[in-house]
Amino acid sequence: MTDQTQQAERVRRSLKRRYRKESRFRAYGMLAIAIALGALAVLFADIIGKGYAGFLKTTITLEVDLDPEVMYLDDPTDPKQVRMADFVAPLVAAADDALPGATEEDQDALRRLINPYASTELRAALEQNPEWMGTTRTMTFLAHSNVDVYVKHEDDAAYSIKLSEQQQAWVDDLVERGLVDTSFNDVFFTNGDSRDPAKAGVLGAIVGSLLTMIITLLLSFPIGVAAAIYLEEFAPRNKITDFIEVNINNLAAVPSIIFGLLGLAVFINLFGMPRSVPFVGGLVLTLMTLPTIIISSRAAIQSVPPSIREAAEGVGASKMQVVLHHVLPLALPGMMTGSIIGMAQALGETAPLLLIGMVAFIVDPPTGFFDASTVLPVQVFLWAGSPELAFIERASAAIMVLLAFLMSMNALAIWLRKRLERRW
Amino acid sequence: MKLNKTLATVTLAGAVAAMSAPAMARDTISIVGSSTVYPFATVVAERFGTSSEFPTPKIESTGSGGGLKIFCQGIGTQHPDITNASRRMKPSEFELCQGNGVEEITEFRIGSDGIVLASSAEAEHMDLTLEQLFLALGEKVPQDGEWVMNPHKTWSDVDSSLPNKPIRVMGPPPTSGTRDSFNELALAGGCDELPEAADLSEDEHGAICESIREDGAFIEAGENDNLIVQKLIGDKDMYGVFGYSFLEENADRLQAAAINGVEPEPELIAQDKYPIARSMFFYVKKAHLGVVPGIDDYVAEFVSPRAMGPNGYLKDVGLIVPTRDSLMALQDKVDNMPNLTLDELK
Repeated sequence: MTDQTQQAERVRRSLKRRYRKESRFRAYGMLAIAIALGALAVLFADIIGKGYAGFLKTTITLEVDLDPEVMYLDDPTDPKQVRMADFVAPLVAAADDALPGATEEDQDALRRLINPYASTELRAALEQNPEWMGTTRTMTFLAHSNVDVYVKHEDDAAYSIKLSEQQQAWVDDLVERGLVDTSFNDVFFTNGDSRDPAKAGVLGAIVGSLLTMIITLLLSFPIGVAAAIYLEEFAPRNKITDFIEVNINNLAAVPSIIFGLLGLAVFINLFGMPRSVPFVGGLVLTLMTLPTIIISSRAAIQSVPPSIREAAEGVGASKMQVVLHHVLPLALPGMMTGSIIGMAQALGETAPLLLIGMVAFIVDPPTGFFDASTVLPVQVFLWAGSPELAFIERASAAIMVLLAFLMSMNALAIWLRKRLERRW
Repeated sequence: MKLNKTLATVTLAGAVAAMSAPAMARDTISIVGSSTVYPFATVVAERFGTSSEFPTPKIESTGSGGGLKIFCQGIGTQHPDITNASRRMKPSEFELCQGNGVEEITEFRIGSDGIVLASSAEAEHMDLTLEQLFLALGEKVPQDGEWVMNPHKTWSDVDSSLPNKPIRVMGPPPTSGTRDSFNELALAGGCDELPEAADLSEDEHGAICESIREDGAFIEAGENDNLIVQKLIGDKDMYGVFGYSFLEENADRLQAAAINGVEPEPELIAQDKYPIARSMFFYVKKAHLGVVPGIDDYVAEFVSPRAMGPNGYLKDVGLIVPTRDSLMALQDKVDNMPNLTLDELK
């Protein structure tokens, strides 16, 4: 009796301490979540803060006098004349006209307000519309990237360093008159890479990522699912299958750069496939994604209750019929979820692609699986390493595009799981 | 059953594609090599792509050593056509090329670039000699007639006139041409000014005078020169080693140390007055001329006056342009494409 009261007394006395311990433990957990969320918030704030300006372009509108005398060009359809013609002079003259204060000596300073590729655009426009020669037209061109960052970051002195005081005054004047304007940066989504930040876009990288992902999906999903079905449903349990199982699990933990080395040694050096192409990129990422898909597919197959198999067998279905008609349809949502997660991982990968030459300056968007191309994360890497200031915001904008892709893939995975999953 | 068929088709398609890959012709010029030449080569490539009927060449930034290694792998469209280098090809690399059947190579020397020792614009300006630079960064330095592991912890340990700050310098890895040139021009140059260096045998000279310390004072930062720039801005005590074009791009945030009293300025670099200046090169694989279309046109574009001339577009991205005579010599080279020989490299 006394024993019990003593015990109850001891419990009562320790009660407070135990409650405190528990609330401390909970606080630790909340702290951990707060740290994770805080890091995420800082990351997003930084990327969005830097990157939003990447979605804006700066244009300059000029009254261009297309004078054949100035341009040394009578007939824009004659390739010989076009090669020798001067497409820069009319642009500089137009800028000169727009800015009454400018003099003869300011030619260079004026030229550096306009995008260096504006002359190429003018040439293309004239080749399409030869009848424009000899007329004066109001045309809009991209501004120089130095003007671009100056206009977008007016209150930040670091961005104005590339323009002289006089150029800054000119730009301020043009902005006031509405001739220099910022609008949505459609160029960013319709162009490939460029060394001129104003003209650089992510189209090449998006197409490259898509082509690479198509190869990865086409190869890794069927192979992964077939391997999982065989290992789960048909393979005998013995030392060999145990060995294979352990190795698949190990493979999932291998650093991705190793797969790049393998790709370089086998696909490029041994099979002689070309460097920098989405096909080889897809093969390498397939190797990387396979273990993830096999493991998640096996888990999905395991979660199909044995009663379903037994019922099918009970009505006389063969092993293959059981698998194809009953197990596979039920396991498919889980398999697809695993595959999408694996693909999302592959989409963000750069390290293995470095070795097979997909980290490269490529301007033309690829048109097939054997065209040189980069992928989105590589584009981010390349821009972040470029010396021009304007590339910093382009890199952050490209990160936002990549994040949008990743989030929509994850959302698709969640939707599929919610939609198709069955519980028993 | 349907699944089986799909599976078979996909596997077959994959196999067919894999088999047909090596036979595929390439119509895009493939370029590899130095990260120092990359900013210039990419601008030329893009101009070339927009102004000619050929597609824009593809350029990988692999470092000079890495580029030459890939370049020398062999002949065939899976190998690159041109490699950029921020130092000259080494005889050993030439022999690697020869051994793999890459026998005919043409060399182009394209203007110069200075290597700068930069720091944050807010840091104290430093003026140091090559000798001091070697004493700060060499792996072994002479002390009482013996070569000992570098004991200097701060710049003022090297010379009392220098700031009392820890020696911490970020620089490129050994695969980089910038690193090779830095070892050769800055370290070996400074080493030779020491009286003790005269007594070294040729082997010892190479081993001691061109070795950088590995005790943490020199930090290897990969091929990403922009990363070094970011670090320098954040840390006033840190110094960085990279090409002049990166200094110019970040002129508002960085400053460079004067070497032997000479500031790294374009004219001084072009005239070889600034002690750590080197030339940049690219190498063309002649066997690919005519196989991959447009290589000779790309080369002509690169060395044309409108790219490399006094008012050329490469000057806008920070190239220190060559003299008129060397530009004319380059034009001759485009027409003749002379073969590089081993004797030239020795």
